[in-house]
Amino acid sequence: MTVFLIIVVIALLGVTFWQMSKILKLSKTGHEDSTQVANDNDNKNQGYLMLGFVVFLYIFMIYSFWAWGDFYLPEAASAHGGDYDRLMFISIGLIMTVQVITQFLLYFFAYKYKGAKGQRALFYADNDKLEFIWTIIPVIVLAGLIIYGLFTWSDIMNVEEDEDALVVEIYAYQFGWKARYSGDDNTLGKANVRFIEGTNIVGIDKSDSYAKDDKVTTELHLPVDRPVLFKFRSQDVLHSAYFPFFRAQMNVVPGMITQFSFTPTITSEEMRNSEFMVEKVNELNQIRKERSKELVANGDVALDPYEFEYYLLCNKICGISHFNMQMKIVVEEEEDFNSWIAEQESFGETLKKEEEQKVSSNN
Amino acid sequence: MSATANATVAQDHHGHDDHGHHHKETFITKYIFSQDHKMIGKQFLITGLVMGTIGILMSILFRIQLAWPEEASWVFELFLGDKYATDGVMNPDAYLALVTIHGTIMVFFVLTAGLSGTFSNLLIPLQIGARDMASGFMNMLSYWIFFLSSVIMLSSLFVESGPASAGWTIYPPLSALPEAIPGSGTGMTLWLVSMALFIAQSLMGSLNYIVTVINLRTEGMSMTRLPLTIWALFVTAIIGVVSFPVLLSAALMLIMDRSFGTSFFLSDIYIKGEVLAHQGGSPVLFEHLFWFLGHPEVYIVLLPALGITSEVIATNSRKPIFGYRAMVASILAIAFLSTIVWGHHMFVSGMNPFLGSVFTFTTLLIAIPSAVKSFNYITTLWKGNLQMNPGMLFSIGLVSTFITGGLTGIILGDSTLDINVHDTYFVIAHFHLVMGISALYGLFAGVYHWFPKMFGRMLNKNLGYVHFWVTAVGAYGVFFPMHFIGMAGLPRRYYTNTNFPYFDDLADVNVIITIFAIITALVQLVFIYNFIHSIFFGKKATQNPWNATTLEWTTPVEHIHGNWPGKIPSVYRWSYDYSKLNKDETDYVIAGQDFIPQNVPLQENEEELNH
Repeated sequence: MTVFLIIVVIALLGVTFWQMSKILKLSKTGHEDSTQVANDNDNKNQGYLMLGFVVFLYIFMIYSFWAWGDFYLPEAASAHGGDYDRLMFISIGLIMTVQVITQFLLYFFAYKYKGAKGQRALFYADNDKLEFIWTIIPVIVLAGLIIYGLFTWSDIMNVEEDEDALVVEIYAYQFGWKARYSGDDNTLGKANVRFIEGTNIVGIDKSDSYAKDDKVTTELHLPVDRPVLFKFRSQDVLHSAYFPFFRAQMNVVPGMITQFSFTPTITSEEMRNSEFMVEKVNELNQIRKERSKELVANGDVALDPYEFEYYLLCNKICGISHFNMQMKIVVEEEEDFNSWIAEQESFGETLKKEEEQKVSSNN
Repeated sequence: MSATANATVAQDHHGHDDHGHHHKETFITKYIFSQDHKMIGKQFLITGLVMGTIGILMSILFRIQLAWPEEASWVFELFLGDKYATDGVMNPDAYLALVTIHGTIMVFFVLTAGLSGTFSNLLIPLQIGARDMASGFMNMLSYWIFFLSSVIMLSSLFVESGPASAGWTIYPPLSALPEAIPGSGTGMTLWLVSMALFIAQSLMGSLNYIVTVINLRTEGMSMTRLPLTIWALFVTAIIGVVSFPVLLSAALMLIMDRSFGTSFFLSDIYIKGEVLAHQGGSPVLFEHLFWFLGHPEVYIVLLPALGITSEVIATNSRKPIFGYRAMVASILAIAFLSTIVWGHHMFVSGMNPFLGSVFTFTTLLIAIPSAVKSFNYITTLWKGNLQMNPGMLFSIGLVSTFITGGLTGIILGDSTLDINVHDTYFVIAHFHLVMGISALYGLFAGVYHWFPKMFGRMLNKNLGYVHFWVTAVGAYGVFFPMHFIGMAGLPRRYYTNTNFPYFDDLADVNVIITIFAIITALVQLVFIYNFIHSIFFGKKATQNPWNATTLEWTTPVEHIHGNWPGKIPSVYRWSYDYSKLNKDETDYVIAGQDFIPQNVPLQENEEELNH
């Protein structure tokens, strides 16, 4: 790859110097050119280039949407995600319309009114009506967008203290995540970094009676179709809990508890088997296979084939390994979730075990 | 009143020595510790270009890492050495240091000092008809503090524990704790010292600009006759004075937290097996303080570029700028709004969601004056007689990237939509187009346009054309695809994306982006060659090469101290009388000449406008 890079760079340098020498030669021979102010010939050439550029821009935009449009995340796996995507598509549609029109006008005018000797520009300094029109149109459109956006925003962010909601703490540290489930009482025990000791890695307060049934896990399992209220806590620096597939994100701030709530609606299994994901994963595995060939040829280990899982990632610069701070998320049916959570060890059990160990080692 | 009075005083002082030889200048007073605004402008420009070269080189280094992650390259060995690129592979800490210093250098040292510093110094006295800045000494001090600040920032690259690497936004606790990241040791201290000096120089400069514009306008130069460049630079200086001190307070508190055990931003931290004593601070407070500057900073960067564009587009279209008053009003509206929108950087910071709603509202309002400006630029082109000088091309390019980048702001400024694209490559694409590339285009437009004024020679136009077209294609090639990888949920500031197999299909796009970036960076060498070559060997400029109306073109080509030999010209009209016809509409007001300089009195055969 480096060799390829070097070749590209050298080739480009070559082209640049060739172009430069050619242009210098041109600029030396053309005597009418010697003022370095654009003449009619320049105006004409540059005018056509303006037209060419807007064509390039259109083709490039169309190509981008065609080739990379499907990078957009799959159907949202949360209850509010549908609203999010709808608002997103409306906004994209709107801005692309404006983009296509204004870029055309800009470059087309630049082409059409390219200067020429004897051409007279129109002295046109003001027009209140026009100014009014292009003030009022953005006002109306933006008012619509703002109102729509704000309704969606308050729907997403206003966490109702729902009895039914599962309360889960997401705990961030350099460089990983832990999840703490609140247990049968659905109330998280008190916690602070000052309680961190031995196996109590998230700093739960032993003396708090709500803490006994809390369960700390390394994977995040969520029951489908049940609202989840996340409480975020960080032990060291700022992190951001980013759940792209659920259209959810919240910063994790040391010294305070932040929160976000959403209802997962698509299980991991369903997402894996969705048309979008099957195709995507096939494509990814194709890429990985090809890269593996390269790796094996270099004496490295081949890449594992990829199977889709939801993930949580850190989205606020947090240190050297920021790029690899992730946690697997499993969305499953209520029964599966219940049996999984039952297998996890509660904080009370951990404490008891430690006590017993201490006693036995003292004996 | 006072404006006229001051102008007369200055005039009296200079009136009797028209030859400009009134005191001998040594090499040091002329080129180094110069108090002449034109020289200081050039000093800002050249320092800014040097810093820009370094900043862009850094971006190429980390782009290579992103395209070909963890592959060895001689480029890394050459520039980073064994310490930051063990066996030729860039280390993660080097990557974070590079993105941090790239951001800092480009935003502050290139686009704030290099752009606003250069053109405020050069243009304010020349375009308002003043002999120099209100305080030449403070102006000189401002440059040299900037220079010192640049030297300190660059020296931080060479300290043992590495330069600051917590991102250019230096959010604590990461930036406060050397335990959290090595760059938060000496490197961060130097960063903070450098920025404190930078803020000091910015304030000195800004106060000077404001006082000069208010007090030293020549006779007849009312505020509504000011060229839009001056309006933009004037308002930029005001925004700087309002918001930079807040960053200074944030930096001071961060210094206290780092060195003196206070807890403004730190609380409940357990790191490297130990609980820190800090209690009760909040990183969110820092975010508020930082963005209280950070957002207006966007407009500190952008407004001078827009001002330059207004001037260059009008001159080269041979038409008045469309809607002068609306342009001034939108500059003022943008300036006002810019100070009340900072929270849109913090929608998911954990602040109250209601605040998020308020900031969404104020943020989307900025789209209105921005739209007005864009439409007015386009209308100025309409039915013009466009002279395609390189400065004009960059101005048209600016309008294009300003629209493309500005439109995605409608997505990011919407708190709801920000949730899922916050801190992804979508944001990178947005702000690089709308403020990075646009402001750089403004800088280039200004350099091509005022190079004759600065150096008395012309830049080579053909090299300018090559420079523009390759840059125009390259800039879109770099940043347009980033929207799509951002939509895929790819976070910024990741050393490599290979730990998430889901991102494997984005790798090709990253290669494309990097190749565009390398091409675009290389073509800047053409500009640098043109710049240096033309200073010494460029075609000698005439007094008014672009046939412009503003006062700077009434000064002689050779620089003299005090700008005008003899009397300062008086002003009788606004600066946009291009292609104005006489009353009978048979010819231009001045026959055969499609522009009327500001110092030409109202002619008999012309209709008076309200300017």
